[in-house]
Amino acid sequence: MEKITTFRSQFVAMPIDNIDTDQIIPARFLKTISKAGLGDQLFNDWRYEADGSPKPDFVLNQDWAKRRQVLLAGDNFGCGSSREHAPWALTQYGFRAVISTSFADIFKGNSLKNGLLPVVVPKDVHGWLFANPQSEVEVDLAGQQLKLADGRAIPFTVDPFMRHCLLEGVDELGYILAQEPHIAAFEAQRVGSINTLAG
Amino acid sequence: MKPRTIIEKIWDNHLVIENPGAPALIFIDLHLVHEVTSPQAFQGLRDRGLTVRRPDLTFGTVDHSSPTHSFTLPIVDKIAETQIRQFEENCRQFGIPAFGYKSAHQGIVHIIGPEMGLTQPGQTVVCGDSHTATHGAFGALAFGIGTSQVEHVLATQCLLQQKSQTFEIRVDGRLKPGVSAKDIILAVIAKIGIGGGTGCVFEYTGSAIRALTMEERMTVCNMSIEGGARAGLVAPDEKTFEFLKGRRFAPKGADWDAAVERWKQLATDEGAAYDKQLTIDADALEPMITFGTNPGMGIPITGAVPDPASLSDPLERDTLSKALRYMNLEAGKPLAGHPVDVVFVGSCTNSRISDLRAAASVVKGRKVNPKVRMLVVPGSQDIKRQAEAEGLDQIFREAGAEWREAGCSMCIAMNGDQLSPGQYSVSTSNRNFEGRQGKGGRTFLASPLTAAASAVMGVVTDARGL
Repeated sequence: MEKITTFRSQFVAMPIDNIDTDQIIPARFLKTISKAGLGDQLFNDWRYEADGSPKPDFVLNQDWAKRRQVLLAGDNFGCGSSREHAPWALTQYGFRAVISTSFADIFKGNSLKNGLLPVVVPKDVHGWLFANPQSEVEVDLAGQQLKLADGRAIPFTVDPFMRHCLLEGVDELGYILAQEPHIAAFEAQRVGSINTLAG
Repeated sequence: MKPRTIIEKIWDNHLVIENPGAPALIFIDLHLVHEVTSPQAFQGLRDRGLTVRRPDLTFGTVDHSSPTHSFTLPIVDKIAETQIRQFEENCRQFGIPAFGYKSAHQGIVHIIGPEMGLTQPGQTVVCGDSHTATHGAFGALAFGIGTSQVEHVLATQCLLQQKSQTFEIRVDGRLKPGVSAKDIILAVIAKIGIGGGTGCVFEYTGSAIRALTMEERMTVCNMSIEGGARAGLVAPDEKTFEFLKGRRFAPKGADWDAAVERWKQLATDEGAAYDKQLTIDADALEPMITFGTNPGMGIPITGAVPDPASLSDPLERDTLSKALRYMNLEAGKPLAGHPVDVVFVGSCTNSRISDLRAAASVVKGRKVNPKVRMLVVPGSQDIKRQAEAEGLDQIFREAGAEWREAGCSMCIAMNGDQLSPGQYSVSTSNRNFEGRQGKGGRTFLASPLTAAASAVMGVVTDARGL
């Protein structure tokens, strides 16, 4: 995983609440056995006509949108399924952060494991960003703040462990594997108290 | 000791280590895997040279991509076939027991766990699927995970987790005839909204929950995620033990007696505090149906589609307007009487034998309206055989419905079972998101009774009036 560093970008605004993972990446694209190629299908049903041509009025089809690394969305972004294909598709398109007033739990966890930063802001800041759609933001994970074009620095929080992983570009599995003695000890005291499926 | 909820008890029982500066590491008792969210996790294991730590606590089945047409036909979709074959190969290579395509016990992952007795009270259960909450009906802490976490559990049988808040959803009273478990959960979600349980685990309590069968409790717990909660559970009781006893992977003999004693300790202690609470009056509930594009957009079937103009928040108003545009519905009008093209009875929410019996009781001696395509998709091969032994398949076939093989089918529309653009379905599944049942398709979520009545009448119908 790449390290997350402080970056500046304009954002793409999608003023819709409860954008679900079926919109982010429709289920029919989940038949793949790899992670590749999902960026082109991001928001497929909103983005393409029935014949596969891009819908000219959809925001992600605008040339300017393709250079933006931040998505601004309505409340409860990423609700629905557990598909990690959602953050894979978002990062492959080029997004490095999503700003909203809240995120669905599973989506938030999946995003943090893929270098996509969920940034929760208060409702008034959220409204200000929608009202200033051409402004630039600075996303500072180390300092846990979102700097707005009007000079304000809005604090946000990321779980300290995940922040460490993102800043260092390491994933969680290495840490869990290193807990082997504790896992083995736990298993040893559980023998006889859990049903073994193979038995 | 401080009184604890069942949620806290299960958490405490599975805490492996809590190091400073890191989330808690918890042990997973049962890991269910399927073909869609696991291939990249298995590939991750190969890339790192890792093995599956506890294949004896892992179980697989194919359900999402698998066709539900006759097993005598080949799989038409070659991409789906590749995924299914890769899954079967992954399970073989890593020593994971699994029910492959066409196997005698294959079915939807959340159906076969309970059916096989794999799901047991007090367990932690995970699966790369958000409807894992279904297993909470047994008093297990069961939640959906992403593919990275599937890899973590395969490799270590553990997960890093933040403790969730506890949210008691108390349903007291008695359901009126014709009102079902599906109506309870749709009413809960309509009340709290689809983000209402974010960060929480639900515990369903109260006399109306106690009165539910295990299958009905599964329907309720299944849709916890539709209220934003990763997990939802019901404390185990005699019904739970009765359901499990004698099942293939349930403990036997002295182990069974010891297990039941252990399970009886799980219930929430007197005086334990929840972070949030909600009370619902079961007597006041009507059959529910959704009108919009998320499961929180639900109304009593006797009600009318809400008006965006009644909402003060501009973003909420736009979101509701967008949903009504997609559904091509008019605010203020009732849904009852709206034409229907397809009726789907199935999914991990409502494909158990009691659901099929309920739907069959409505269509028996009647015909599916000629304008309607009705699909009945049992949750597992075992349920299919049971239904056929009871003659339910004949009732459905004679009425003009399709009787299909087990799988997720039109709930997620990955396997060719799907709506055409613009079509309306009444569906017993769990999600009505745009395009969920096929690009451009429009979904009304409801109970098996409402679905079957709507199939017969060709329009959205309150089964109580038939």
